[in-house]
Amino acid sequence: MAKLHVSTTINGEPQEFLCDANQSLLDVLRGPLGLTGSKEGCGSGDCGACTVTVDGRLVCSCLMLAPEAEGCEIATIEGMAQGDQLHPLQQKFLEFGALQCGICTPGFLMSAKALLERNQNPTETEVRYWLAGNLCRCTGYDKIIRAVLETAADMREAV
Amino acid sequence: MKCRLRAKTGRYQAMPGMERTAITIMMDIQYFAPRTLDDAVRAFAAASDGARILAGGTDLLVQMRAGTVSPGTIVDIKKIPEMTAIEEIAGGGFRIGAAVPGAVLREHPKLSKVWPGVVEAANLIGSTQIQGRATTGGNLCNGSPAGDSVPAMVAAGAIVTIQGPNGRRELPVEAVPKGPGRLNLTPGEIVVGFTLPPRPKGSSDAYLRMIPRTEMDIAVVGCGVSLTLDKGTCTAARVGLGAVAPTVLLVEAAAKALIGSKLDGWALEKAAVACSAACRPIDDKRGTIAYRTKIASVLLKRTAAIAAERAGRM
Repeated sequence: MAKLHVSTTINGEPQEFLCDANQSLLDVLRGPLGLTGSKEGCGSGDCGACTVTVDGRLVCSCLMLAPEAEGCEIATIEGMAQGDQLHPLQQKFLEFGALQCGICTPGFLMSAKALLERNQNPTETEVRYWLAGNLCRCTGYDKIIRAVLETAADMREAV
Repeated sequence: MKCRLRAKTGRYQAMPGMERTAITIMMDIQYFAPRTLDDAVRAFAAASDGARILAGGTDLLVQMRAGTVSPGTIVDIKKIPEMTAIEEIAGGGFRIGAAVPGAVLREHPKLSKVWPGVVEAANLIGSTQIQGRATTGGNLCNGSPAGDSVPAMVAAGAIVTIQGPNGRRELPVEAVPKGPGRLNLTPGEIVVGFTLPPRPKGSSDAYLRMIPRTEMDIAVVGCGVSLTLDKGTCTAARVGLGAVAPTVLLVEAAAKALIGSKLDGWALEKAAVACSAACRPIDDKRGTIAYRTKIASVLLKRTAAIAAERAGRM
């Protein structure tokens, strides 16, 4: 059977791809599109390592079929830094050592960015609940939570 | 096309010493995203047995990967305006499309005020990522007795609109599930949406579930209560219980105990006993029969108290 043709926008650039009906968006991102920043952890929507945004909403890209992306605006971790300029969250994750093995980090960054876009002054509880769908087996979460709260504080001051 | 559903989950196969025999399922798989309900019904009915409706996909894709379902046709209903809309209807009710995700329910300016229990139940399902996708239609049609939005919809008295090759019909939400993973739908029928009735003044609802942790788990017991208060007297009530029987239950005896009372201790106790009496649970790793039966009564009292407190403000 013929492959499906899908037109999307990825990180602001128009992008077309061919896929099978049962391929996940993550398969296509990591495979033909070569965007390997999004990771496959569990493959069942529990760990959040594959988190991207679709039309501004956080999604586990392993739980979305690639053809569903037709006409959608997708943002991945590859679009987060502007050239060599890291996003403030990325910078703060480095400063705070909010990562060890790094597999979960792209997902955490995408989720945290979406949170700060909606809520510039989240409480620790709000950060922890928002990030409940991102699992990290290295850091014990505390450094990640601190990094997000500190970034939020910095970004509020910068405005 | 080759569709290697099993092989695609093959992360174990890549690990040395853990080689498994790849079960390669050869089949054609088709994806449709119709723009109209009629086209969706046609595509779904034509494909019949091997077809699955795709709403948020948070159950379907997991099941496909696990190999427990292998649909020949996937009908994505998210491009159909009626399925993705929340509409206010005459008299103050709401119509919620089957493909509306929990996050969209939460962001609606009015729905959370009128039906806070329905909205909180839908938003207990999974993580932020899941809430952006998982739908109340999917939660109902997955057929799990532990689906969080279903007891809240039962308490709300939601009417489900169903469309199939023989036209449109309506069912009370509690009549849709038949058993775990099974529905009272005929081949080719699709759940289109839920109608929540208009509410008299002094009405509200609430949903609570018991899980062993604070987030991201499956209900051991779920309880939805919707009620109306008039000068402190309960004039209408409905109670939905989840995860304590093969299907989500409407507990009429519990509602009867509440109606006509001032929601005093005695009335709540009678309603709680009715909830425990309605339980026909199983023992599993999340909870024993005795525990679920006890918790059903505890949750009834707590949920009714929250619903009453909210109703007092309406």
